[in-house]
Amino acid sequence: MRLDDDEKAMLDGAQGRARQKAMELLVKYGKALGAEKLVKTDNVIGTVGMATPFVRDYALKPGGLDAAFSEFNLDSSETIETPEFAAYTCQVIHGIDTEHWQQQGGAKEVADLQQRGEEHFGRRGVNMMGTCTPYQVGNVPVMGEHCAWMESSAVVYCNSVLGARTNTEGRESTGAASVTARIPYWGLHLPENRFATHSIDVEFDVDDMMDWGLLGYWVGHVVQDDIPLLAGVKNQPNLIKLKHFGAAAASSGGVELFHIPGVTPEAASIEAATKPGRPLARLKYGAKERREAYDMINAGAHERKVDFIMLGCPHDSIEQIWHAARLLEGKHIHPDVQLWIFTPRSIKAVADRSGYTRIIRDAGAWLMSDTCPAIGRVMPKGTKVVATDSAKQSHYLPAILGVEAWFGSLEDCVDAALTGRWNGGLT
Amino acid sequence: MNIILHGRCVVGGKAEGEALVTHETISGWGGMDPRTGTITEIRHELRGISFKDKILVFPGAKGSSAWSHYFHMARLSGAAPKALLFNRMSTKVALGAVVTRAPAMTDFDSDPLDIIRTGDWIKVDADSGTVEVVRRAQTDT
Repeated sequence: MRLDDDEKAMLDGAQGRARQKAMELLVKYGKALGAEKLVKTDNVIGTVGMATPFVRDYALKPGGLDAAFSEFNLDSSETIETPEFAAYTCQVIHGIDTEHWQQQGGAKEVADLQQRGEEHFGRRGVNMMGTCTPYQVGNVPVMGEHCAWMESSAVVYCNSVLGARTNTEGRESTGAASVTARIPYWGLHLPENRFATHSIDVEFDVDDMMDWGLLGYWVGHVVQDDIPLLAGVKNQPNLIKLKHFGAAAASSGGVELFHIPGVTPEAASIEAATKPGRPLARLKYGAKERREAYDMINAGAHERKVDFIMLGCPHDSIEQIWHAARLLEGKHIHPDVQLWIFTPRSIKAVADRSGYTRIIRDAGAWLMSDTCPAIGRVMPKGTKVVATDSAKQSHYLPAILGVEAWFGSLEDCVDAALTGRWNGGLT
Repeated sequence: MNIILHGRCVVGGKAEGEALVTHETISGWGGMDPRTGTITEIRHELRGISFKDKILVFPGAKGSSAWSHYFHMARLSGAAPKALLFNRMSTKVALGAVVTRAPAMTDFDSDPLDIIRTGDWIKVDADSGTVEVVRRAQTDT
């Protein structure tokens, strides 16, 4: 790999041990990819979360938080003092909500450790957003900006809707990027790798949130990690619909970038998003494909008596909380179920001010932040059957927590919360 | 005669062991248990099977950005594969291979998924870019 003078100085140790270890990792990683060089980045989404059992064990050993950061964020077995970060870095969703750990069945010592970690790393430059949706709470990269982001649903949003450039990075590569302000120049950082590979003729009239989730799930399943272009979309999507679409496509497949002509910034037209001379593989999404997606997501769900309803994967926007609050206002959820809604903490502050949190609490439900059932492995005790409006969450929960998961609309989910039964279906 | 595959070194080093082959991509977070190396993904053909100490032969990585973190934890648990042989390069699998600290290779002259079968004895020399395949039938005799 070609390194510039600054990068060579970091590798030689002239800028301290942490930058040296970080640069060693980036060079190994770049060579593994086959990258020719690194690129400067000043926008990193990574994690210094300490709440998961494995990382926690390290953080509680001698060396503490620095030992955990060295091993899990720099791939260094040697403990190095965590330095001031060189790049603008935000904390992604992590394992525990330090305000609601009791409701989630967490332990005080874990909440305390997480709190200690937030202060330790916050002082060094990690902005504690605690969300899978940084673009909802102020980290909105501009077109063409080189980023180093974790979280598959955020990566696909960053590339597709914002036109910024990031691969799906991991805990160790974002750790190294935070410390060095560099990331391998590979994959989606290169303009020639950003053209569509598949054209999906969207014949079904996709409009509501549930349908954008189903479309995303089907598209991810068929294109895997290729780059789909949606042709014939009749209804203008907004932030929350594209958030759901991308999260679903990144779960059933590995979609990191999609194009919608007239909607996403690199697709002013079909031609603009297509490499000259390379024909697109063509696929059709109609009522049959929609049914397939629905059946795939709900394949493992049989028991209609539900225990737990989860909303907010990816984390809800204020608009989604408002929708949920309106459906819950003046009602109370069934005594045998729990309803948890997840949103970034700064959006929760708006929900608090707007009275939505009060409506949700009065209905017997909770508004939570920082984590989700899949990431934090948190659910009400004894949960066997979950209902959610997220294709992503229903994809992962059966494998992670061994539960049955129903996927449906927000209205289906609130109905399940009020009645204790799943009455959803495809209309 | 043993079959020799040639490929590109992703992570250097040498390893030998029994092959575990899957034609399905592998998830890290939400797809495997890092303490045992067991695949947990619903509907995966390797569900319930561990890649611990195997030469893992697979198409590539899929799923969450915590792929590398999960293989990292598998290494710390002593549950990592001995080597990784795969076809489709991605940031997930490249970073995962680096932090697993096991020899890894890709870009083969012929498809390892067509040639290698589960149970074959595999000698990986990532430094010289070669993989030697000893058929299980031959090792049995």
